[in-house]
Order: sequence, then C-alpha cells, then structure tokens
Amino acid sequence: MKIMVAVKRVVDYAVKIRIKPDKSGVETQNVKMSMNPFCEIALEEALKIKESGLAKEVVAVTMGPSNCVDTLRTGLAMGADRGIHVEAARDLVPLSVAKVLKKLVEVENPGLLILGKQAIDDDCNQTGQMIAALLGWPQGTFASKVVLDKEKQVATVDREVDGGLETLCLDLPAVITTDLRLNQPRYATLPNIMKAKSKPIKKYTPEELNVKIKSDLEVVQVTEPPKRKAGVILSSVDELIDKLKNEAHVI
Amino acid sequence: MEKWRATSNLRRSLKSILNRQLSSVSEFRYLNEKRSCQSSFNLIRDCKSLGQVNAIQHRCFSSASTLVQRNPSFSTLNSDDISYFKGLLGEKSVIQDEDRLETVNTDWMHKYKGSSKLLLLPRSTEEVAQILRYCNSRCLAVVPQGGNTGLVGGSVPVFDEVIVNVSSMKNIISFDKVSGILVCEAGCILENLISFLDNQGFIMPLDLGAKGSCQIGGNVSTNAGGLRLVRYGSLHENVLGLEAVLANGDVLDMLGTLRKDNTGYDLKHLFIGSEGSLGIVTKVSILTPPKLSSVNIAFLACNDYSSCQKLLMEAKRKLGEILSAFEFLDTEAMNLVLHQFDGVRNPLPASMHNFYILIETTGSDESYNREKLEAFLLSSMEDGLISDGVLAQDINQASSFWRIREGVPEALMKAGAVYKYDLSLPVEKMYDLVDDMRIRLGDLAKVVGYGHLGDGNLHLNVSAPEYDDKILEQIEPYVYEWTSKHRGSISAEHGLGLMKANKIYYSKSAETVQTMASIKKLLDPNGILNPYKVLPHSLNS
Repeated sequence: MKIMVAVKRVVDYAVKIRIKPDKSGVETQNVKMSMNPFCEIALEEALKIKESGLAKEVVAVTMGPSNCVDTLRTGLAMGADRGIHVEAARDLVPLSVAKVLKKLVEVENPGLLILGKQAIDDDCNQTGQMIAALLGWPQGTFASKVVLDKEKQVATVDREVDGGLETLCLDLPAVITTDLRLNQPRYATLPNIMKAKSKPIKKYTPEELNVKIKSDLEVVQVTEPPKRKAGVILSSVDELIDKLKNEAHVI
Repeated sequence: MEKWRATSNLRRSLKSILNRQLSSVSEFRYLNEKRSCQSSFNLIRDCKSLGQVNAIQHRCFSSASTLVQRNPSFSTLNSDDISYFKGLLGEKSVIQDEDRLETVNTDWMHKYKGSSKLLLLPRSTEEVAQILRYCNSRCLAVVPQGGNTGLVGGSVPVFDEVIVNVSSMKNIISFDKVSGILVCEAGCILENLISFLDNQGFIMPLDLGAKGSCQIGGNVSTNAGGLRLVRYGSLHENVLGLEAVLANGDVLDMLGTLRKDNTGYDLKHLFIGSEGSLGIVTKVSILTPPKLSSVNIAFLACNDYSSCQKLLMEAKRKLGEILSAFEFLDTEAMNLVLHQFDGVRNPLPASMHNFYILIETTGSDESYNREKLEAFLLSSMEDGLISDGVLAQDINQASSFWRIREGVPEALMKAGAVYKYDLSLPVEKMYDLVDDMRIRLGDLAKVVGYGHLGDGNLHLNVSAPEYDDKILEQIEPYVYEWTSKHRGSISAEHGLGLMKANKIYYSKSAETVQTMASIKKLLDPNGILNPYKVLPHSLNS
C-alpha cells in the first residue's frame, strides 16, 4: 500500500510574527520557515505505518513556489521515499489544494491520505475534509490514534472531539487528519539527510493536472488583535464602584 | 616594606586569634567546606613554592580558625539605621520580614546561607548612593544583589551584611536602532532584555541558562560568559559603558555609548568582573548584535574526546563566521538530564555515545548557511569524527536540543549534592581531568563533565547523594593544583565569590593579587562592599 502525505511550508511555530506595514498579511521575509507541525505528525504516522510493514511507500506532497522544496527535503530526510512538488503561486486556499490533491490521488493511487488537521498560518482546518468529499472517501479527522488492519482493509481511528474521544472504523482508502497527541515526530538524522539528497522529487504544474486555481476569497486586511491593557490595582471598594460606574459604565 | 606589612598583619592575625577566644564569634554556616583548614595547609605549600611572604599569615590563619570570621570592625544594625532607611526609601523598600529574608539570604544552590536582617530595594541610582554613603559612614557591611543566581556564594551575605538588591531598578532607558546600543538599569532581567530586543530585531550578546532570573547588573559585575561567547566575545568587549556607585556614595558616570573612546584609563573594566567588591553597578550600556534570521543547530555524537577536539578545529575553519555556539556534554551529563526531566528525549537514542556536541550556526542567508552546515556535518561524518547526529528542522527541535544542554546544572541540583568546578584549561587536556577525577573518586561519587568546548571552559561537577567530606578531600585541592599545573584558570566564568576567595593564588601571581588588594583599599577603604569574597581573607585589614 502506498501512503500519501500532504505537507505545508509555514512560518515556524516559535517565531513572533509581525504584520506587514500595509496590513496585507503577515511578514514572511527573513523569517524562519519550517514544516507545519501537524504535517510533521502526519508524516511521522505514515513512516510508523511503513515501518510496521503495513505500507510499502510514503510519498510527500507539497504545493507552492519553489522554496517549498525545502519542506519536501525535510520530509525526505525524515524518511519519506519520494516527493512531489506542485508549482503554484503562494497562498493557495484549501479548496484549490483539495482539487490538486484529488488529481494526484488519481495518478498515484494511495491506500491512505494523511494530512495535518490544520495549517498554523491560516488555521482553516478544511483541506482534509474537502478532499475526502471530492474523492468520496471516508474521513477520520483530529486523529489521536490510528490502527490499521491490513486484512480487513480498515483503519480504526480515535478522534479528539469536544466531548472526549470518538472511535471510528473507516474502510480503506481513507483520509486521516492528525492531531497533536498522535505521535512525536522524529529528528532528521545525518545519514537520512545524506540519503534524502538522492531521493526523487517530481514536479507538476496545476495545468498539467487539469486543475484551475482560482480563489473565491480575497484577504482585505490583516491586523493585530488589540493589545491587552495593563490591569489597575485599586485600594478600596469605593474606588472600585467609582471605576465600574464612571469608566466601565457597567453599573 | 613587604616584610614589615607581613609582620604587622601577622601581629593582627595573632590578635584576632586571641580575640576569638574572648569574644563571641558568629559562625557562618559553611555547609560543605568545614575542612577549609586542610586546603589552606596545602595552599601554604604552594605559596612557599611561589616564594611568598604571605605564607606566614596563611599558616597562622589556618591553624587558628577553620571558619570565616565576622570582621569585628563592621558595625551591627540598630533601630536608628532602620529608621534612616525607612525615611530614605519608604516603608515598602525596607524589608525585615523573615520569610523574604530567608530567600535572599540563601543562594541558588542552597549551599550558602547568611543571616542578614535587612533587605533594601532602592529604585534609583541616587537612592543607592545615599544607602552606601550612610553605610560607609556607619561602617555597615553591604552585599550587592541582583538575580541571586551566582554559583560561588558571591551574592548572599556571609554574616549580617545589609543586602542591597537592585531588582526594582528595571527600566530600559534607551535603545538606538541604528547602532544597536542598549542603555538600561542594572535590575533588568536578561530574558526581558532579550524579548525587548527581539521586537527590535537585535539580540543580547550573552545567553545563559539562568536568563529567566539573572539581571544584567549581576552579569556585568561577574563578567558572565555563557553560550554565545565563542561568537560575540565577553562582556569586556560588549559593554560600552556603565554607571557605578562607590563605597562612599560617589557615583561614577561612565555610561558612554561610544564604540571608541580613548580618553584616560578605562575604569569600567575594573568593575566588570569585580563581583560587586569595588562598586555597585547601577546602569549598563551594551552593544547588541543584530538578530540574524538563519539559526541552525545540530546535535552530534562522538566516540572519543580527540574527535571532539578535531571537530572543534574543523568547525572553526569550515563554519568560520557563522559558528555561534559549540558545547559538549559527556554520557554522564546526558544520562542525568534524561533521568531527571520528563519530556526530554535523547535525539540520538540508538545507543549511548561517549560525547555529545551541540553546534549552532547563526547567519543571514538561510539556504546558504544550511548547505554550509550540512556539508560540514556530512564531511565530518565521512571522516569518522562524528558517529551520529541530527539536524533540527524547526525552532521547536532547536529548543529541545538547548533544553538538554542548559538543563544539566538544574538536573545536577535535583540529583542531590553537587560539587561544582568551573575551569579554563587547554582544550587538549580538558577531559583528562575528568578521567583523573573518575579514577580518584571511584564509587564515592559520579563525575560529570560538560561545558563550552569552544572557549576551552570545562564545567566539572561531582554529584553525590549527600555532601561528604571524604568526597571533598579527594577533589580539593587536587582539582586546583591540576589546573594550576596546566596554567589554567580555577574560575573560568563563575567568579571567585566566597567559594574560591582564598584560591586566587592558583591562577594569579602574588604581586598581581597584592595590586588588586591595593585597588580595593583605594576604592573601598572600609571594606564594606561584599566583604569576605573575591580576594583572600588574609589581605583584608
């Protein structure tokens, strides 16, 4: 069985982000970029499944401008066998990503498609669900545990939902999106980094896949949330009542 | 002239011996150095070999007392003093509460505990000046204190000295975005300065594990080293100016913000590293390097110490200008960290390696620097210098590598009693000392070696479940003698404080130390600033 993992290049999670002066978006020049943490977890899960003998190959996929290849290299250094890079302009919306993925799935025929539950730059949490709908495949989202059964060709997924944990049984092929507690991603060791240099990366363009990239959304403005004002320490109940009445206007 | 001084000191020491039996001596609780007597005897042997007249003093001193004595020329606090301070600083800044005093009287390692009855929290240089002027006139001993994270007992009182803590002086005065020059008060916590500079696109030239609590005034007063010294140099290079208050209350305004200023003697260097014994630093002006976007970090394993050395040489040559940190830890250190902390995992779990090296590079071009680092690592691997390694893929992984290296001191604290030594040694010889100590101590204790290999700085730590004199005997003075024999420093970055106050002769000549004592006498005639520390006790009047 082949597993396909979609990974995204985002601003590193530990960076203190700044808004561009023209409020059109987040500053990404000269800022550390890395693989989306949830995508790392997705790739780690795929590698674990391959190591347990239930899959033969792990293919990492990414979409975007040419610097996205760095993320693919990280994926290959972690242990993926092949990479696919779909060249496209920046800032693809989830629906476009899902449409491209659908075409790639038709080409590659994986038994399992694993993605991170959301990207930390847009927090959309839509791609996994959309691709499952486009393909007509079952989906197990927010997975915190995945167990594959090869004979019965099903995946048992524990999902983290608001009420607790929900366990689903999905017929393969299926789409799984990963949540934080699924696993701890491995480090890229030097021998693997060396091997990654010779692993193949195939390039596609959306035209080759017959997908029209268009966005129905336009980002109008990006602003910082209002800064929290410092608290004030009051010295008496009278002062408190005075402030509530005259400043906060709540009584 | 010297002989006369020696004999008069001798007379004075004899007098103090007699007085000791008559007056009540407040004992300083010196938890693990009850046998300082023994080490002083060995010191005599060394001093004799250096041809020292001072040896006579040492013999009398050590044979008469085994503990530090409170200097009788210092006054004791009375209620007038308290009222004066309350009038000067306000009630809130004069602390006599037992619980708060308990914390400030004890050092970070819980090894030294003083019995001060008064904590003062001045909010401005003027308040510090008035405090010192008053204390000098009353001959009240003072301990300057900041974050209290020192490791040699230099930041806590020995007896009942008044603690002057500058934590309330935490304003950032100015920052010049073009030159990167930061001017701030001494009580600013290092981590806060790092965050402030981060927003401006700059970083502090020093970084240490204690950054969450240590203050810049203390860092400057102790010439703190840290993890980035190999790249940005020491504080002597980065501090452009400072403002300090002398013992008599005079304020020395040397707060320049100029890169170049050759007008007269550069006195600020005296204060940097003087550990609060020449004056209290109240403001600092420091040159901060720009924050470069590309930081990469690798965690590597080596089989033996000579590979670590060769790796350092290669790193300096091949990584050159982008190398920003080169740290090492041995298996013992790694085991300790993994054992004491949950949530920390070994990046190289395949097998336990003998040595772990952490290399960090900082540069401006991400892809260029990454390629450079990868090329260096792969070639080192092919040459057999590294047996395994991982490269951090994001900042989270990078922090986890640093957590391991920065967590060693904390892990040692949690493991029980620890004897800490901070030595500068020639890089080829550094680990020989650790091996020697392992043989000497055998089963008595665990010997852990780690440190800033890039600067030739070894942190030798001996860990045992409890403090035990048998262990101390095997360590001291052997470690100091070994270091002295190889012309190393017995305190690379931690300073002398109280722990090594009498050990300076292992690394400095007698004439040098005598000149230091003269300078101390000049700037602090009554000896009220941080007494009993830094310089040998026998040199105090």
